[in-house]
Amino acid sequence: MFLINCPYCGERDQQEFKAGGEAHIQRPRQPTELSDDEWAEYLFMRKNIKGVQFERWNHAHGCRKWFNMIRDTSNDEIKAIYKMGEKPPAQ
Amino acid sequence: MKNKYSIFSLFKNALSYHENWQRAWKDPAPKKEYDAVIVGGGGHGLATAYYLAKKHNMQNIAVLEKGWIGGGNTGRNTTIIRSNYLWDASAGLYDHALKIWEGLSQELNYNVMFSQRGVMNLAHNLQDVRDLKRRTHANRLNGIDAVYLNTEEVKKFCPIINTSQDIRYPVLGGTLQRRAGTARHDAVAWGYARGADEMGVDIIQNCEVKAIKRNGDTVEGIETTKGFIKTKKIGVVAAGHSSVVANMAGLRLPLESKPLQALVSEPVKPIIDTVVMSNAVHAYVSQSDKGELVIGAGTDDYVSYTQKGSHQIVEGTLNAILELYPIFSRMRMLRQWGGIVDICPDASPILSKTSIKGLYFNCGWGTGGFKATPGSGDLFAHTIANDEPHKLNAAFNLNRFVSGDLVDEHGAAAVAH
Repeated sequence: MFLINCPYCGERDQQEFKAGGEAHIQRPRQPTELSDDEWAEYLFMRKNIKGVQFERWNHAHGCRKWFNMIRDTSNDEIKAIYKMGEKPPAQ
Repeated sequence: MKNKYSIFSLFKNALSYHENWQRAWKDPAPKKEYDAVIVGGGGHGLATAYYLAKKHNMQNIAVLEKGWIGGGNTGRNTTIIRSNYLWDASAGLYDHALKIWEGLSQELNYNVMFSQRGVMNLAHNLQDVRDLKRRTHANRLNGIDAVYLNTEEVKKFCPIINTSQDIRYPVLGGTLQRRAGTARHDAVAWGYARGADEMGVDIIQNCEVKAIKRNGDTVEGIETTKGFIKTKKIGVVAAGHSSVVANMAGLRLPLESKPLQALVSEPVKPIIDTVVMSNAVHAYVSQSDKGELVIGAGTDDYVSYTQKGSHQIVEGTLNAILELYPIFSRMRMLRQWGGIVDICPDASPILSKTSIKGLYFNCGWGTGGFKATPGSGDLFAHTIANDEPHKLNAAFNLNRFVSGDLVDEHGAAAVAH
């Protein structure tokens, strides 16, 4: 349990948010040309890092906007929060 | 040779104030080379080593554990055992385990306190009723005992449940698997460790894996905090940390590791003699032999390795417990803890070869791996020894995420995910 600083609403309880998994997974540009292996990589395979991980979160019980987060999964410490479409800040 | 545990050995050792019991397993230094190395000394890893030595004649093997054996999720789970899964592949896998559980204490000469007290799954809306009836039929077609109970029968089987129809999620019925139940989780790890040790398996504790050495697409050995160990076969059974070990070999797995919490109450006299689970209100409860209520629920939805979890999950669980069992309203909770579970997109496990020769993974058991411990060990040992899966775990390969042939048990297995 931790506090999350929503880029639109400010600091709120984590309970208001929904985790959306790994960030920056690009949807394939040419889906019709993808092999089954490439589909599996895109759909299912995850880094699942123990340490600093890039994630998407949604302020589900607030403004309902999506944003990105850099978080250390080994201690739940939030390193940075940035809006969708923005480049991640330098670590 | 291990001394046999019996009433006579208990009496004999009582005469010497229990100070001369034989060591249950050795504490060896790792050898330079093994025929196979198992990474992870939980129940599944130790069972794998036990069956490799017993059924496949591979005694020159080691189990590496970064902490102490049984100190991970084996000691953190809520000990529920059942096999009432919907799909044929899952039914085969989990019932194989349940059949081994039924004779396990005798086989290991170690009391794992397997108690077939029954597991009841509740239905709270019409869709639940349809799903649970469907699952009951599917179970019976697969030879798994299952009955559907209406509200009165639920009340009769477990009288403390509130079956009033004016609560938020009224009990409309439930399923019962009488062969299901609980076991003593630590004893399972200790029993398998003792059995494996007797057959010559080296159980090496406080030994963390740092790197996996490959030569092209073949494994050569393993770098650990106790030095390099040469081996041709590595079986990884690292639960929540499976992705971390996979990363050492340059692999990605379809897993996310999330905190799963459980809690126990202060001990009280016997009040509930079965296990009751509810998927819809997301809570389950049983009573341990010590008298504590053992309560669990769902996972948090974010990836975390902190073994903590969020308070609102516990709060939601206890809300559900209190609505179903008003009699518990004044009980106090004694402890709460979290473990890290590795969850697959289809909520089914992976017992599989990988694209790297000699590297095998047993992971993705998610929130319900304990029940499968003996079967998982048996089938994973078969997979490692023969370099081919057993027919019971063939469906649980890594390739299913490429072919699309998933074993989709999410929400279909009466499980509290």
